[in-house]
Amino acid sequence: MAEFSTSVKEMGDISIINLKGYLDAHTAPTLENNFTQLIGNNKFKIVVNFEDLAYISSAGLGVFMAYIENIRENNGDIKLANMSDKVFNIFDLLGFPLLYEIYKHEDEAIKKFSGS
Amino acid sequence: MSVGKKNNVDELQVKSKTENLSEIRDFVSENAQKAGIPTTMVENIILAVDEACTNIIKHAYKLSPLGEIIIKIDYDKEKFIITIIDYGKSFEPDQVPQPDLRKYYREHRVGGLGMYLMKSLMDDVTYTSIPGKYNKVLLRKNIRSG
Repeated sequence: MAEFSTSVKEMGDISIINLKGYLDAHTAPTLENNFTQLIGNNKFKIVVNFEDLAYISSAGLGVFMAYIENIRENNGDIKLANMSDKVFNIFDLLGFPLLYEIYKHEDEAIKKFSGS
Repeated sequence: MSVGKKNNVDELQVKSKTENLSEIRDFVSENAQKAGIPTTMVENIILAVDEACTNIIKHAYKLSPLGEIIIKIDYDKEKFIITIIDYGKSFEPDQVPQPDLRKYYREHRVGGLGMYLMKSLMDDVTYTSIPGKYNKVLLRKNIRSG
């Protein structure tokens, strides 16, 4: 079975989700739960760190689309960071860079939220 | 399993469960590596097959875990072909529009992305449906460019 796990850490009002392993139709609900919980706790400033993500399919990409509107309506955002070229290429192929801010490093995404 | 002198064939049959996607990916990966395909191309083929099987699990079998998915691989020096058969609800790919991500974003629609990825990553994607009997999707990747 595909191995996938997430961990969430808080930095002030910013939440950082770290992804690890394989994000596919089987494992996507794990990430959905993270977003549901954060939104439930009124945490709308979210950075997703892809550094340890080995694989993503459209089921995984769909998770980001499912929550982004609600999050932006609450003055938040999902900012993406630390993607490997392999993972970025899939996001790019589907036109995600038009709709999401994608940063090389997590720090840049955090700074954007901090407004500095 | 290698059969014949010219071509290499292999087959995997699994139930229609998303937890089997990793086994499907490993199966494709092993064969694609045996075929001597470059890593990036192997990754693209794996993703295309994952998308095809995810569509079958979600749409043909509507998430019922009892369906059968048969994945056949057939390759030679020129091409790597994956044929995926299911016995679920037939699928009409012409009804799947080219995705407009902004529209999807507004409508919270995420289906259709998989189809777009498959067509982008492979050289040919052909659906054949015999309603009430089986559905077949053929994915072809040309190994040699030109």
